[in-house]
Amino acid sequence: MTKDDIKQVVLDIIADIAPDEDLTAVKPEVRLRDQLSLDSMDFLDIVMELRKKHGIEVPEADYVQLASLDSCAEYLHPKFEAKGK
Amino acid sequence: MSSKPRIVITGLGLTAPNGNSLGEFRANLLAGKARIAVIDVRHMGPQPAGVCDFDATKWQKRKEIRNGTRVGSISIFCAREALGDSGLDWDKVDKSRVGVYLGITEHGNVETENEIHNISQFGNDTKYWTHHHNPRTVANNPAGEVTMNMGITGPHYTIGAACAAGNAGLIQAAQMLQLGEVDVAFAGGVSESIHTFGIFAGFKNQGALGAHEDPTKASRPFDKHRNGIVISEGGAIYVLERLDDALARGARIIAEIAGWCINSDATDAVLPNPERQTECVRMALRRAGMKPQDIHIVSTHATATALGDVQECTALRTVFADCPDTRINNTKSFIGHCMGAAGALELAGNLPSFHDHWVHPTINIEELDPECALPGLVINQPVKVGRVDAILNNSFGMLGINSALIVKKYGVA
Repeated sequence: MTKDDIKQVVLDIIADIAPDEDLTAVKPEVRLRDQLSLDSMDFLDIVMELRKKHGIEVPEADYVQLASLDSCAEYLHPKFEAKGK
Repeated sequence: MSSKPRIVITGLGLTAPNGNSLGEFRANLLAGKARIAVIDVRHMGPQPAGVCDFDATKWQKRKEIRNGTRVGSISIFCAREALGDSGLDWDKVDKSRVGVYLGITEHGNVETENEIHNISQFGNDTKYWTHHHNPRTVANNPAGEVTMNMGITGPHYTIGAACAAGNAGLIQAAQMLQLGEVDVAFAGGVSESIHTFGIFAGFKNQGALGAHEDPTKASRPFDKHRNGIVISEGGAIYVLERLDDALARGARIIAEIAGWCINSDATDAVLPNPERQTECVRMALRRAGMKPQDIHIVSTHATATALGDVQECTALRTVFADCPDTRINNTKSFIGHCMGAAGALELAGNLPSFHDHWVHPTINIEELDPECALPGLVINQPVKVGRVDAILNNSFGMLGINSALIVKKYGVA
């Protein structure tokens, strides 16, 4: 799975948990919270969906790594690779 | 209650299995149109149930709907519709002086069952249990969702009162208005119970779950061959105000709360007690300053259980023995048992009678149970009457909670 694929995985999750948001112009380098209406419960939803759908665990200390699409891709890429994805 | 402020209804919003507005609901009650679906209940398969089809996105964002509860959506829809009906200038209302008081039969079963099912897909590992569980299942959830959606900063809570809850919500609101705790109240009853298999299984194993090959005939109170309750979802929320406040803003007054009583059987968890029901109705009449003859419509609680219907009829026969102008009807025969919403919805369906003088019937009676034969029972067809000045709304529930609420046409002495 490429880093771009991982960004799409995260976007697909956000589309589910924040269905009112327009995701067509999300800037990958900008914090998600600064461009979308997401709160702490939403980030917990992202963590839960990564666990449920992909078997990926994100420890609480690493939640900050999910700040932007770019940081998500950097942080999650080795985890997906470790899963053989 | 004469020394206390008079309380009036100035708005109403509802969703019932056969209508998402009072006009639609009322038209179907007068036309004899029941609407009961067959749904697939987890672990149980197809069951008759009353399902509401209101548009939740009318008043909620999709994320609110996803993160909240079904009963939260029902509550928000009803409260928003009630606000529109009331004519209140919402921007000018002091939101800290608004209260939300919603009756519920139960809450949290739906969300808990869903999560138990969810983690069962992951080897019952609780790390898959949603973090939304607690805000979804706290008992104040439906009322709290209303306050968040509408920006209400006054008090909110639910009133757990089994199937007497719809009346209990209205009574609580009237009391809070009389105490001066709030200036405007959103009050009534709500239910999402069709989404919990536990309610179905509980009634089934109690021998009290209604069934019929035609689902619209499954709920048949007072019929000799009735076989139990049809579970439904729904909601009815009213705007209540003190009369003086309503008059000062030129509000349309739908009805006046005249009297009420809530009492307890203190005898059995599920079997009703007609003596306590009789006392409850008589106390409500006394507090309203009325005689039984002053009541023109009795909206019965009857749920189509073998014993419950007879017990209520026994109570009504005692109180209304000499009341030729008192008509008796039942709304669950159309929409099933809307649980926490039942009392509030059943009252709503009768309110237009103050002005159109029609009394909707109880339907689905093919053979009247002789033990349920009441002189004023309106059977299968609506009747036109000369006047309707007062309605008695009965709602009873498990653990022996009885409620009787009397509303009267505004302007009648």
